[in-house]
Amino acid sequence: MKRLFFCLGGIILPLFCLPLFAATIGDKSPHCVMTSSTNAPINLTEYQGKVVYVDFWASWCPSCMQSFPFLNQLLQEYGDKAFSIVGVNLDEQHDDAQAFLAHHPTKFTITNHGGEQCAKMFDVQAMPTAYLIDKHGVIRHIQMGFRAGEVDELKSQIAKLLAEK
Amino acid sequence: MAYRTISSKRDNLKRFISVAATFLWFVLLSGCAPVLPWERGILAKGAMQLEPYPLKSSLLAHQYSSREAASGGGEASGGGCGCY
Repeated sequence: MKRLFFCLGGIILPLFCLPLFAATIGDKSPHCVMTSSTNAPINLTEYQGKVVYVDFWASWCPSCMQSFPFLNQLLQEYGDKAFSIVGVNLDEQHDDAQAFLAHHPTKFTITNHGGEQCAKMFDVQAMPTAYLIDKHGVIRHIQMGFRAGEVDELKSQIAKLLAEK
Repeated sequence: MAYRTISSKRDNLKRFISVAATFLWFVLLSGCAPVLPWERGILAKGAMQLEPYPLKSSLLAHQYSSREAASGGGEASGGGCGCY
C-alpha cells in the first residue's frame, strides 16, 4: 500500500514541479528552433550578440494587435543597432495569422512553425508575453500584456541592454 | 475460524476498493487540463462570449443599480481570450 502511494507520488509530484522549470529573468533563453514565414529556420541561440525582443502573439488577441505598431516603431528606432524582434505566432489556424498580417504589416521576423513548442519552453502564461533577451542570451525582462504607459520603460530597458557589452 | 476468513476477505475487498478508488481518482484528475494561453483562439470568438454585448450590459447594470439604490450581486462579464 505504501509502495503504491510512493509510486503515485513519484508520478504526480513532478507534474506540479513543471512550472519551476519555466524561463524567468536571469535564465538563459531556451533553445527554440522555429521556421519563419519564408520557411527559413530560426534559432534563438543564433541571436547571441544581439538584443532580442521575443514576442508571443496571436491574431485573436487585442493587446497583440495594439502592440504591433509599437514593435514596428521599436525596429525603426533600434533596427540599425544590434537589435532584433522575433514575433512568435501562436495561432492554431495559420490562415488567421496571414489575414492578420495582411491588415497589420510588420517589418520584423514572424515565425510560422514551432511557436507552440517554444511557448511551452518559455512557459508563456498570458497573451501577449514578450521576453527581452540580452546579447549573452539571458532573459532580462518579461513583458506580460501591452500597456501604452509601459512603453517608455521598455524603451529605456532596450537602450540599456544595447549599451551593455 | 470461518468468521476470521470472511472478515479478512472483507478487509481485502475494502483495501482493494480504496486502492482502486484512489487510482481512479488520480486517473480522472489527469483529465483536468488547463487551457493554455495560446489555445484560446476559439474561446476568443464572438460566438463564444458569455456576454455578447459587454458595453451595453454594463451600461444597463449601471442604470439598474442607480435606480435600485443598490448595487452588487451582478455576474462578472467573462469568457474570451483571457488576454493580459
